[in-house]
Amino acid sequence: MAAHLSYGRVNLNILREAARKDLREFLDKCAGSKAIVWDEYLTGPFGLIAQYSLLKEHEVEKMFTLKGGRLPAAEVKNIIFFVRPRLELMDIIAENVISEDKMRSPRDFHILFVPRRSLLCEQRLKERGVLGSFINVDEYILDLIPYDGDLLSMESEGAFRECYLENDQTSLYHTAKGLMTLQALYGTIPQIFGKGECARHVANMMLRMKREFAGCQTQVLPVFDTLLLLDRNVDLLTPLATQLTYEGLIDEIYGINNGYVKLPPEKFAQKKQGEGEKDLPTEPKKLQLNSAEELYAEIRDKNFNAVGAALSKKAKIISAAFEERHNAKTVGEIKQFVSQLPHMQAARTSLANHTSIAELIKDITSRQKIPPPLHPGLYLTLLHFSIIVVLCCISCVPPYVSASEAFFDNLTVEQEFMTGVDTDKVNTYIEDCIAQKDPLIKILRLVCMQSVCNNGLKQKVLDYYKREILQTYGYEHILTLNNLEKTGLLKLQTSTRNNYPTIRKTLKLWMEDANEQNPNDISYVYSGYAPLSVRLTQLLARPGWRSIEEVLKMLPGPHFEERQQLPAGLHKKRQQGENRTTLVFFLGGVTYAEIAALRFLSQMEDGGTEYVIATTKLINGTTWIKSLMDRLEEPPF
Amino acid sequence: MMRSKPDEDDYWNSSKCRAFTFDDDYDELSSLKESKRAVNSIRQFVVDEDEDEDDMVKVSWSGEPIGTAQDPYAIAFYYLINSNLDLSGVNLSLPGGHSYGDSLVFFIPSYVFFFFFFFFFLQFCSLETFRSLKDKMQLLDQAVCANDGNVITAVCTHVFLQKYFLQCKLEVLSRELMSRDVALRHYIHYLKEMGEQKLLVELFKSLGRTEDMALLQYREHLSIKDEVRRKEYLKSCISLPFPPDDAGHVQDHYTLLERQIIIEANDKHLENKGQVEVFKKHPRKASILNMPIITTLYYSCVYHYGESEGTYSSPANIRSTFKISEKQYLLTALSARAKLKEWLDVGSLFTTKNWLGYTKKRSPIGFHRVVDILHKNNAPAQVLQEYVCLVEDPNLKISLAQKYKCHDIVIDMYKDQKDRQQLIVYQGKVERGSPEDKKIQDILNNTQIRWKN
Repeated sequence: MAAHLSYGRVNLNILREAARKDLREFLDKCAGSKAIVWDEYLTGPFGLIAQYSLLKEHEVEKMFTLKGGRLPAAEVKNIIFFVRPRLELMDIIAENVISEDKMRSPRDFHILFVPRRSLLCEQRLKERGVLGSFINVDEYILDLIPYDGDLLSMESEGAFRECYLENDQTSLYHTAKGLMTLQALYGTIPQIFGKGECARHVANMMLRMKREFAGCQTQVLPVFDTLLLLDRNVDLLTPLATQLTYEGLIDEIYGINNGYVKLPPEKFAQKKQGEGEKDLPTEPKKLQLNSAEELYAEIRDKNFNAVGAALSKKAKIISAAFEERHNAKTVGEIKQFVSQLPHMQAARTSLANHTSIAELIKDITSRQKIPPPLHPGLYLTLLHFSIIVVLCCISCVPPYVSASEAFFDNLTVEQEFMTGVDTDKVNTYIEDCIAQKDPLIKILRLVCMQSVCNNGLKQKVLDYYKREILQTYGYEHILTLNNLEKTGLLKLQTSTRNNYPTIRKTLKLWMEDANEQNPNDISYVYSGYAPLSVRLTQLLARPGWRSIEEVLKMLPGPHFEERQQLPAGLHKKRQQGENRTTLVFFLGGVTYAEIAALRFLSQMEDGGTEYVIATTKLINGTTWIKSLMDRLEEPPF
Repeated sequence: MMRSKPDEDDYWNSSKCRAFTFDDDYDELSSLKESKRAVNSIRQFVVDEDEDEDDMVKVSWSGEPIGTAQDPYAIAFYYLINSNLDLSGVNLSLPGGHSYGDSLVFFIPSYVFFFFFFFFFLQFCSLETFRSLKDKMQLLDQAVCANDGNVITAVCTHVFLQKYFLQCKLEVLSRELMSRDVALRHYIHYLKEMGEQKLLVELFKSLGRTEDMALLQYREHLSIKDEVRRKEYLKSCISLPFPPDDAGHVQDHYTLLERQIIIEANDKHLENKGQVEVFKKHPRKASILNMPIITTLYYSCVYHYGESEGTYSSPANIRSTFKISEKQYLLTALSARAKLKEWLDVGSLFTTKNWLGYTKKRSPIGFHRVVDILHKNNAPAQVLQEYVCLVEDPNLKISLAQKYKCHDIVIDMYKDQKDRQQLIVYQGKVERGSPEDKKIQDILNNTQIRWKN
């Protein structure tokens, strides 16, 4: 079921198995039949650890979503709440417990906090007078969840906001704990590198925890050679840019959640022979995306412009395989052909699905005139659009340009900023987008990008953008703009010297002739822009950070190196030509394009290093900026 | 993280809660420096404490009696009190502990103790026993050292800070907290989460973080549903110490809502009376309250166009009050008037008179965009043609003319460019026998023209 986790350089299935074992143990603690009440946010991450079958084996008979009022009826002995330690959830739980029907046979309550129990939550339950009703209050330590053979995420949505805006470092503590668990399973990581304040903090905590463990070294041969901790605020630019890999674009446009994507169903309607026009499905098509699917593993990290060719090549191979049946003459040959059929059919379905997805994306990215489809990813903040439509039925904001044109123009401006063209003036494209009331997040992404690429905006430019945004989208966004300023995404240029060009040139962040079809550099993932974070990773492996000391000093936060002593006898003897394994941990989020770039480095023939990627959250520019927006009241309509 | 000398122990004696008194063996315990010795003495300590049953609350958080030899809470407690011990050197293994496979025994390091300690301790007696400010702050420092945000927040909040607030010792407290940045940030985040608005405002004020305080108070307006109350609240926000540029925006926000309330009441009345043409023709679908300023301007351009600048609802008044840029104003007014098919109004938006009295059409947004907007609003061919003509860039002009089928412009331009080939190509695109077709034919037949190709 999760075999794809064990195909990578590091067998991440071990981590998953450990998590499953813990879960089973907890379930067995509550003897008898059970119903689980889910904090909805957790169902996604849990799905990656255990399917319903595992729960069923341990007498879980019913599952509910956590909501106020009375719990649904269920003839079970135990009610178990699976929740994040959040105060507002405690109130709901208290409501559930209090309104429990006293007349019926009593049910036992348990609560399982994920990933940590929290004193404040228990205090809250106590205040509501229900803490005593719980037989078990436990925690389920789920820090790092394996997403793929080389990818771990904590799926902590607010990590960046907490660390860089609220200055609450709890998620860093969880990160350090997660890394300790990882080291318990995969051995001590001898070398730790890092860049940024948070990285320093996590490393300090790890070393401290290690000291406290001293004397009880894990007797596991180290799997990882190096750990690299990177602060997201060292590279604020990359997530703002539109990702141009296949997987990155799927995420930008439709959003990938816990390994699943929901797509508009029209292109997936199956026309079976013999049936007439079937009703078009209205439910979104839900697809799982991971390396278990051979074709997806092959194309997900390609630049989107290279996906078409890959798909058609695959189509030829598959149809050739089906043609083989004509050559099967003997019974043995036919038997062999039939035995391959399920595999071939799966491949054909997979091909059909990805052809449809590629078509959907192409409608948006290529420069043909087509009616603009509305999709959740790019049009997250339809707020004002809808208001105007409602207001007078006479929308003043018809999309003047088609989606594909908008996509192309947007990309052009992004690339101008990244190459340093006119970053110190008000950009007319941004101005026009505001006038057209394009989604606010799109505007914020662009303005922030301009600010980052210019090391801050001039007072006049910043004031202008702010006024236009507030006038068009509402004054309450003062709060969001302030948040962006606090995190450094938007800032006033204080020194006259803009050091971004120096960083760009030294780190070769812009490659003029990026080869999208047969890439020779990581810059292919953004069609020219090489993500700064991944460039730092690449340079660390070879020739080492000493060569870029000057640039490192320009980027925020300290850079450092630490070594952890290995117990005697566990020193790894590297074979000639054996690759090193590096765990890169992105504190505050990582994009799919960055992951693609690291996978590209892993696969380089003379690379010498393979990467496993871990993060607090898988992000894209839209979800990232959204997490920094102040919670606004629902629009009045 | 270590307390240098436990010199503040009087409170233990005076404390009502004597669940874990160390009076008897305190000196001995406090002299312990080595972790191993500490471990060994735990059993003894726990036994001692069992005898003191009368003064003790007996039920622990899990509902089980405490005081068994291996109770981690008791151990944690013990460690915290004897905080002059070097916690970082302590290792304790719990034999029945958690294990992954056979190779690893799960160890409980000091921060876990810390965590357990609070669970345990809060059940028995509040941390009020840490009476003096100094003690509280030392406790806080310990928590910060452990790095667990959960614990830091717990210490900050439920334990004693709030009580301190109530005792109005804010200045003292904020002075102490200021030097404890990490704890302070956690506490602020916590207060935000809990919606402890007043406390937070007070805290910011005493810390001198006035801008944060102002924004926080401003944020409150979002939770006020009633527009009049919201307006009053915004008014009270104006005088808050915002960063300089935000102060103006907050003032504008207030002014805007104030105007919207007036306009809304007035227009609702007018619409109900049903005597004003524009409301009958284009009934309002929603109220204008709480809309952004540009939306309000658009509304005003639909329903109140041409009113004198003296009225609040007139576009001119809104434009000048809120310093709307020329471009924004033009785009909004254009969209609104085009939607109502008021082509004359559209024309006058771009008409300027020079001092000689000549009129000229001028646009700061580029006429190609004007044409786009007009086309989207189904402007008749004649109107479109007028504005296509005004596009300066000849290439853009010709492609727009082709796009919107302004044949005359295309034909005249090719004629002016003496581009016979293009004209022939274009003839293929127009309807046969149509006036355009004829016009092209006439031009092609004209022998006077010296074609370039």
